[in-house]
Amino acid sequence: MKWDIDDVQKWPWHKHPPGLVNPDTGNSVQFNTGSWRSRRPALDLDKCSQCLVCYIYCPETSIQVQDRKVTGIDYDHCKGCGICAEECPRQAIALEDEAVQAG
Amino acid sequence: MSKTMAIVGTDAIAEAMRQIDPEVVAAYPITPQTAIVEKFSEYVADGLVNTQMVKVESEHSAMSACVGAAAAGGRVMTATSSQGLALMWEILYVASGLRLPIVLVNVNRTLSAPINIHCDHSDSMGARDASWIQIYSENAQEAYHNVLQAVRIAEHPEVRLPVMVNLDGFIISHAVDRIDILDDAPVREFIGEYSPAYPLLDVANPVSVGMFDGLYGYFFEAKRAQEASMEKAMYVIQQVGEEFGQRFGRPYGLWEEYGLEDARACVVALNSACGTIRTVIEAMRQEGKKIGLLKLRVFRPWPGQELVRVLQHFPVVAVFDRALAFKGGHGGPLYTEVAASLYEAEKRPLLANYVYGLGGRDLSVSMVRQALEEIWQAAEAGRVASRVNYLGLRE
Ligand code: SF4
Ligand code: SF4
Repeated sequence: MKWDIDDVQKWPWHKHPPGLVNPDTGNSVQFNTGSWRSRRPALDLDKCSQCLVCYIYCPETSIQVQDRKVTGIDYDHCKGCGICAEECPRQAIALEDEAVQAG
Repeated sequence: MSKTMAIVGTDAIAEAMRQIDPEVVAAYPITPQTAIVEKFSEYVADGLVNTQMVKVESEHSAMSACVGAAAAGGRVMTATSSQGLALMWEILYVASGLRLPIVLVNVNRTLSAPINIHCDHSDSMGARDASWIQIYSENAQEAYHNVLQAVRIAEHPEVRLPVMVNLDGFIISHAVDRIDILDDAPVREFIGEYSPAYPLLDVANPVSVGMFDGLYGYFFEAKRAQEASMEKAMYVIQQVGEEFGQRFGRPYGLWEEYGLEDARACVVALNSACGTIRTVIEAMRQEGKKIGLLKLRVFRPWPGQELVRVLQHFPVVAVFDRALAFKGGHGGPLYTEVAASLYEAEKRPLLANYVYGLGGRDLSVSMVRQALEEIWQAAEAGRVASRVNYLGLRE
């Protein structure tokens, strides 16, 4: 990280770059879009054919892949949009209610 | 150092654009602006410029393409009028909010309805709070000079705000005038190279532009910074105007004065009407009726304090407005601004407002004469007979 923004919430107005440009990269990992989720995609690897369609479609890069194989879902960043479940040709992803999940 | 040409106003603007040679121009045709982009696209086709011309399906897209190109780091221009500016509205705020130094030439035309293609200032006045710098031009020569200066003002590191250069539709845009077009080389030297702050195309230094602000919330801070840059723009506009004068022999400031030294009443106006007003003032001054003209060039940033210093010395100030603010009889937008600033004056002049020329209604010498006689009488009597007046309206 080349930009020190630890105390950014205390910055005075004149300290921010013009137009709130963010001159730093790779920091969206710090933004837990998972907190937006009301429905949770549940992956059933028994049904999965490893076509990787879900990986391509996921807008939050939340489909975890290792050695070209889907291994799970990153729930810190999955916002529960359901695109993966919609696109999966094998119905290997089902959306479950977060409230039910939480019990 | 320059060549004199007999050309219409739109051609003078196209000449400025040719000399600026922006990286990207995105535009959509609308009367009376169309001729600018038409001419400029000939220059593109003939290879006289290196510009990437983006033909879009609406002005909303035109301004959006300008935003993208400017964020990428390009020098970007467009031109529009009236409904076109109105359709850009949403993106005007994006351009200024992202601090992109786009230069837009607005050929002033009224807004529908009733549908009307002629000149008034309702288009640009409506955009007055969009955080765009607004510069007005009496004639095509000034419009040409203002466009050249606009690039420098917009791109100044302490400003980084978009600039709108205004000129009157048809009256200036479509009239043939004697224009001195400066030589390319000194113009290009004056404009200089553009070094964008955070260009998206600088792949070695990637940045994010236009991120969502809703959760942490720095929007308020960003807007305050924009306001501060508008304040800085006041000085940058004057610096650039002075430098322009040193290089090309014609300096520019926040406004131009005529006969103010000994005037007992002052007229404040924008754009082409100033020519007619000056002619009438000239005649009246020969009769001993000492009236002066303050031709305002910069409307945004609003030079309030600077204006107060000058205007507070006049017994009467009359503001000419080519637009309404629809406040319910309280006068036009320029009048409102002048009046608000004069509240802080030690000595407040009597004020009068003359609304004229809506939808291109002609402003004749006799109409101006009638108004200026009233203003003169107000100066003599120490009392303004009627605060808001409509010049040339069938009553
Ligand atoms: S629900 Fe949406 S965000 Fe979550 S993994 Fe599926 S596609 Fe990605
Ligand atoms: S789209 Fe369905 S089948 Fe394809 S990899 Fe993802 S879960 Fe497996």
